Amino acid sequence: MTTLHNMGVAELAHALQTKQVSAVEVATAFLARTGGNPHNTFLDIDSEVTLAQAQASDARIAAGTAGPLEGVPIAHKDVFVTRDFATTAGSKILSGYRSPFDATVVQKLSSAGMVSLGKVNCDEFAMGSANENSAYGAVTNPWDTTHVPGGSSGGSAAAVAARLAPAATGTDTGGSIRQPASFCGITGIKPTYGRASRYGMIAYASSLDQAGPMARSAEDCALLLSAMCGADLDRDSTSLDMPAENFSAKLGDSLAGLRIGIPKEFFGDGLAADVRTAIDAALKVLEAQGAKLVPITLPRTELAIPVYYIIAPAEASSNLSRFDGVKFGHRASAYTDLVSMYKKTRAEGFGEEVKRRIMTGAYVLSHGYYDAYYLQAQKIRRMIADDFQRAFAECDVIAGPVAPTVAWKLGNNASDPLADYLADIFTLPASLAGLPGMSMPVGFGEGRLPVGMQLIGNYLQEARLLNVAHQYQLNTDFHNAKPEGV
Amino acid sequence: MSLTPQDISRIANLARLELQPEEQARMLSKINDFFGIVEQIRAVDTTGVVPMAHPVDAMPGSHIELRLRPDVASEPNQRDLNQRSAPAVERGLFLVPKVIE
Repeated sequence: MTTLHNMGVAELAHALQTKQVSAVEVATAFLARTGGNPHNTFLDIDSEVTLAQAQASDARIAAGTAGPLEGVPIAHKDVFVTRDFATTAGSKILSGYRSPFDATVVQKLSSAGMVSLGKVNCDEFAMGSANENSAYGAVTNPWDTTHVPGGSSGGSAAAVAARLAPAATGTDTGGSIRQPASFCGITGIKPTYGRASRYGMIAYASSLDQAGPMARSAEDCALLLSAMCGADLDRDSTSLDMPAENFSAKLGDSLAGLRIGIPKEFFGDGLAADVRTAIDAALKVLEAQGAKLVPITLPRTELAIPVYYIIAPAEASSNLSRFDGVKFGHRASAYTDLVSMYKKTRAEGFGEEVKRRIMTGAYVLSHGYYDAYYLQAQKIRRMIADDFQRAFAECDVIAGPVAPTVAWKLGNNASDPLADYLADIFTLPASLAGLPGMSMPVGFGEGRLPVGMQLIGNYLQEARLLNVAHQYQLNTDFHNAKPEGV
Repeated sequence: MSLTPQDISRIANLARLELQPEEQARMLSKINDFFGIVEQIRAVDTTGVVPMAHPVDAMPGSHIELRLRPDVASEPNQRDLNQRSAPAVERGLFLVPKVIE
């Protein structure tokens, strides 16, 4: 048998169900790897809680009542509230916060039998593209610790890449699952908006936020996504009223005749040569399996940057008004009256990028600017969504890079937040439209840093995306590559 | 269009953020950098386009409805759990500075 920490979700689930290994043994093996907190990935670990969950899993396996993912460990991004671990969303303002309940996604994965390894680092309130905006320090990329892991689900991606966990939850508002998955050489999928419940997911931009799994392969992501999704009609007003789906059902389908749309705007001058080379080679692999490449256009790709960075901060400025030092979290120690308490609490509790987005959001929503910025952005958002529908008339899935470059050096964009915004160009359009998108590892660029390919599908076509990625992974080995020393 | 230091003070007040002078200056310059790329959206002709507030609104065959659940108490009373992370609580009440003199 492969070393436990080198096994993926499907393999572990099988080994557990066939009693080749116990859930306690698996949990113990992964907990041992988190000692010393490699790459600054974990924000909260509690081996007692994890081992108690593993013991309960072993009892269910023995009793024949095991769930589909019984005993398989998972780490949760710190924006999911959890009863048994602290939840901070990477922010000082929630330091030590203990939620009275588990997020629906966490609860669904527990019901499927998964054992929680703890909470992983992320950009503060999921606002960032490099995991450098966490109040608890940056996460480093396991492939090269002088580089960023991507963000905002950087802790999730690094944990899976470094084999500290076989899987992690992530959230994607503008690319926060796909881009760190790409930078860390793992597989991640953001489903259609509304598929996974947002209940208990600390809100950044409510019309964009969506949860999804991050793991090593498409096969593993399909298992996890099937367990995560499903209607949550009483608790999430935007949850889609659809039955649960088995996202593994189409994994084995042939790619013969599949039309892959290639948006020319994703292959322009801004795309680094090393990334382009890896993407082109991956497209050749898919063509060899019978897929056909179709040139398409997404003419408003560049506009997605200002549109997203108006809409997301506008929603954030409203969502983050709840952090006022009254009901939970940090409160300033010195103040004169209620308003001064709010202002000082928020000044002390929020980091610089979060403050900047709150300010930008408050500005574009303020009297005299609402129509020119916020409403105009919402109109262009619809044009972007319509562009995708035109494109999907000609193709079944869309493929391109996740990001214009491989992971950049830590601190590279520290004084230039705009550089991070611009690097989100290829993930933002699908987010604005609410479409499912994923990243799969397709090779290496400069400095042997991973390159991810993005696949975008039409609404509810997650199974199709996972099928394409799985067929690619059956014919390549990049998803099994691991950083040196792991 | 550029924001002024007065704009920054005004918005900081609306957003209930106390900014130190050097923070204000940095905020002004970074937000103005951002508005440098925002200006291109004003040139886009959006005549007749209905604003899209929500992705469900764009899904073919779907439409967003404001769903309301039945007006019944569905949550258990968890006052102690809900208040365990509160900064100041007394006899089950959240404490704030005096609001009315």
